[in-house]
Amino acid sequence: MTPTVSVQREDFDLATEIDALTAGGRDAGAVASFVGLCRDEGGRLAALELEHYPGMADAELRRVAEEAAGRWPLGALTIIHRYGIIRPGGRIVLVAAAASHREPAFAAAAFMMDYLKTRAPFWKREHLADGTLGPWIDAKAADDAAAERWEE
Amino acid sequence: MTLKLVYFAWVRERIGRGEEEAQPPPEVATVRDLVTWLKTRGEEYAHAFETDGLVRAAIDHVHVKPDAALAGAREVAFFPPMTGG
Repeated sequence: MTPTVSVQREDFDLATEIDALTAGGRDAGAVASFVGLCRDEGGRLAALELEHYPGMADAELRRVAEEAAGRWPLGALTIIHRYGIIRPGGRIVLVAAAASHREPAFAAAAFMMDYLKTRAPFWKREHLADGTLGPWIDAKAADDAAAERWEE
Repeated sequence: MTLKLVYFAWVRERIGRGEEEAQPPPEVATVRDLVTWLKTRGEEYAHAFETDGLVRAAIDHVHVKPDAALAGAREVAFFPPMTGG
């Protein structure tokens, strides 16, 4: 199984991606997906700007997907991560996993999000509603803890 | 040893460029040595690396720890903790 990984500026369509995930066969009984969106932080944000490390971002997402494929029996995996300017309500990231049963699909989707948060080379910066450039967002200790729970 | 150095997010902004070529002296053997050497090259590097252990590194697109050897490396990246997803 070769995971589908994409680092792209363009938006993605969830239904199209899920159809593609299960197009190869009829043995999938479950698809779990997660879509991360840009929040407006109570009206404070005009947009998020996502910088990435071209080449390594693709490679690291692929390593995350391959790690998931090694841990659970999965039929197919997709990770899409966008970069550039994303407005509130816009989609930032998709992870989706197809499996025979729901448990590995849910687990793989959660794992991929937790892992990519701390490993995929992307950095968010705030663009504020008043038109000024805000700060780079600090990494959260909670994200490190979420990734570490899979090490147990 | 000629290395391509690449910087991202606030590390890039503090250093003032996104990439450069560097020729560190032979005693620079690890990523930690490289940071120590860069910090001697100017205020902008000292500022970028002012908090010990905060800036992350990758060699040829793979995450590495500060004690990673530079032997054979082509591209070394420095960047803040990641905030994607």
